[in-house]
Amino acid sequence: MSNTMKTLTRRQLLSQSAALGASFAIGAGFVAGRAEAENWAMEVDHLAPGTMAVLIQMARDIYPHDQVADRFYALAVKGYDTAEAAPAIEAGVAMLNEAARETGHAGYLDMGWERDRVAVLRGIEDSAFFQQVRGGLVTGLYNQKAVWPIFGYEGESYSEGGYLYRGFDDINWL
Amino acid sequence: MTAPFDLTDDGVVVIIGTGAGGGVLANELAKKGVSVVALEAGGRYLPDDYINDEWDSFGQLAWTDPRTTSGDWRVAKDFSGLPAWIVKAVGGTTTHWAGASLRFQDHEWKAKTTYGEVAGANLLDWPIDPREMDDYYTKAEDKLGVTRTNGRAGLPGNNNFKVFEKGARALGYEEVHTGRMAINSADNDGRMACQQTGFCFQGCKWGAKWSAAYTDIPRGEATGNLEVRENCHAARILHDADGKVTGVEYFDADGNLQLQKARVVCVAGNSFESPRLLLNSASSMFPDGLANSSGQVGRNYMRHTTGSVYAVFDQPVRMWRGTTMAGIIQDEARNDPSRGFVGGYELETLALGLPFMAAFLDPGAWGREFTTALDHYENMAGMWIVGEDMPQETNRVTLNSDVKDAHGLPVVNVHFDDHPNDIAMRDHAYKQGMAIYDAVGATRVFPTPPYPSTHNLGTNRMSANAQDGVVNAHGQSHDIANLFVSDGSQFTTGAAENPTLTIVALAIRQADFIAAEMSRQNI
Repeated sequence: MSNTMKTLTRRQLLSQSAALGASFAIGAGFVAGRAEAENWAMEVDHLAPGTMAVLIQMARDIYPHDQVADRFYALAVKGYDTAEAAPAIEAGVAMLNEAARETGHAGYLDMGWERDRVAVLRGIEDSAFFQQVRGGLVTGLYNQKAVWPIFGYEGESYSEGGYLYRGFDDINWL
Repeated sequence: MTAPFDLTDDGVVVIIGTGAGGGVLANELAKKGVSVVALEAGGRYLPDDYINDEWDSFGQLAWTDPRTTSGDWRVAKDFSGLPAWIVKAVGGTTTHWAGASLRFQDHEWKAKTTYGEVAGANLLDWPIDPREMDDYYTKAEDKLGVTRTNGRAGLPGNNNFKVFEKGARALGYEEVHTGRMAINSADNDGRMACQQTGFCFQGCKWGAKWSAAYTDIPRGEATGNLEVRENCHAARILHDADGKVTGVEYFDADGNLQLQKARVVCVAGNSFESPRLLLNSASSMFPDGLANSSGQVGRNYMRHTTGSVYAVFDQPVRMWRGTTMAGIIQDEARNDPSRGFVGGYELETLALGLPFMAAFLDPGAWGREFTTALDHYENMAGMWIVGEDMPQETNRVTLNSDVKDAHGLPVVNVHFDDHPNDIAMRDHAYKQGMAIYDAVGATRVFPTPPYPSTHNLGTNRMSANAQDGVVNAHGQSHDIANLFVSDGSQFTTGAAENPTLTIVALAIRQADFIAAEMSRQNI
């Protein structure tokens, strides 16, 4: 995770955490996985930590893969934590939270059921904000090489001489 | 080795574009002793440079200069700025192509005669006798080293093919095999055999797949008669008071405008850039653009009726292993109007990596309906539909003066609406494709919409009569004797087959014609 995910400081960060959402620990300048086993934390410089937490949950709700851990979704949206991108993202997440409140919840992260969050997302799916986040995820999530093995995808094989002698025709169930 | 020709040398043939058409034509002319300057908008990349990573390779090779789109095709919505997935590099899209090398069927040269009047279609017969093409097809197959032709063995079938083949046999299909591919099944022509590496679309790092980039181009250069100028973007073709073309203005690698004099100009920049150049070359003598007295420049844009069918099984397939296009079903390629459409289609296996599958399986889709498909990526098989689409005058490449490229030149807008025949064919192919996978136990199937176009055809079509098209049977423009079109834009109709072999065969044929006409001093 290099400088975007500081696993070693997670415990320190958690000790400062101000709020625990449904999925994330949100503190001053960071978002972290709530469970010890997740063992990740991400500092944010331009977005409010709560905004980044919503963004990570939104990313999972758009492209939900239960076998893919939160840290991959966090990395997929980390790129919005810039001075240039932050204002539009803050406005978009505010819109999303407002839409959640209109359904009687305190905010997007307070909706426990995916179906409720998805219903809210369906309501804003034509917005530039939603399309920006969804479009960015197509590469942001699926082009992470660390994600590929979770789907069984092997990536390049040239360095290993291709599959001619490594199973290009090894199907055995037909 | 590389012949340096002077900008003022008005004895050269200038070829614009170095892909299947221009790259082959350049070599064929150079071998005959004709002096050739080839202008290539892209850079030069060779097998060591190719990247076996879908998005990184796309960034390296794809033509991503601005274009706009309109019409009812879904590409205009999902990929509005990217109507085509083609290459900007020496060798053009022969770096990217899958290698399928099929001859037209005889009746496809005579589409209007065979299909009759089809409402809304601007059908025409090619002004070429199919028998005349036999020898040129053989020459093209030998040049490309096409498997299953002229004594060459087929490639072995990968997992994706085995699933496809078993389903095809269950449905009673008979013309099912691993294709006629410009991919070496054994060492051939100084290039090695296929190692079943995948990533055929990203450039073959082994050089097992034919590409002009490392065959025709360097061989032409080795004659001393071919100079390829990379990163040179043609801007305008000039002409004299007699209406003969005299040279080409282009932006060189430093962005400076240069003028190369020419005896003959051959346009081979793909079905978007070739008409764009002719239209951008409008003058007081030719106010509608060069070679456009018919008004047909830019019209009759064809892209093949395509689509894909992917399927998920309860066990792994690992379709990405091995050649991207690993086999074919040809039974549906016949013309049989009882199916509800004229013309036919081929079914060919296709595999995408996870990153491109996420982008292309159902563009814009999200939520669990979409993601549960990708969850079973390892258990997926896939095929591509390629069928004859109807030429329509209103499917058209035009200049969009509101959008300019990096050189300040108007870009093209690509307008495409499906013809009812296209829709009927695609629906039939989806049904058959899904049935093939169902027959092997698919648990879920996906009739996937067309990708940005790779088979871009028409827009400078060949016709017997000058009022019906842009060029004659030799790709020579009806209006200007020393101006030729040498790429897929000269296609009168699209046929069901992947077009590269026919583009190459026509380029070999055109080289014979140009050299002969030059020696006769006719051009």
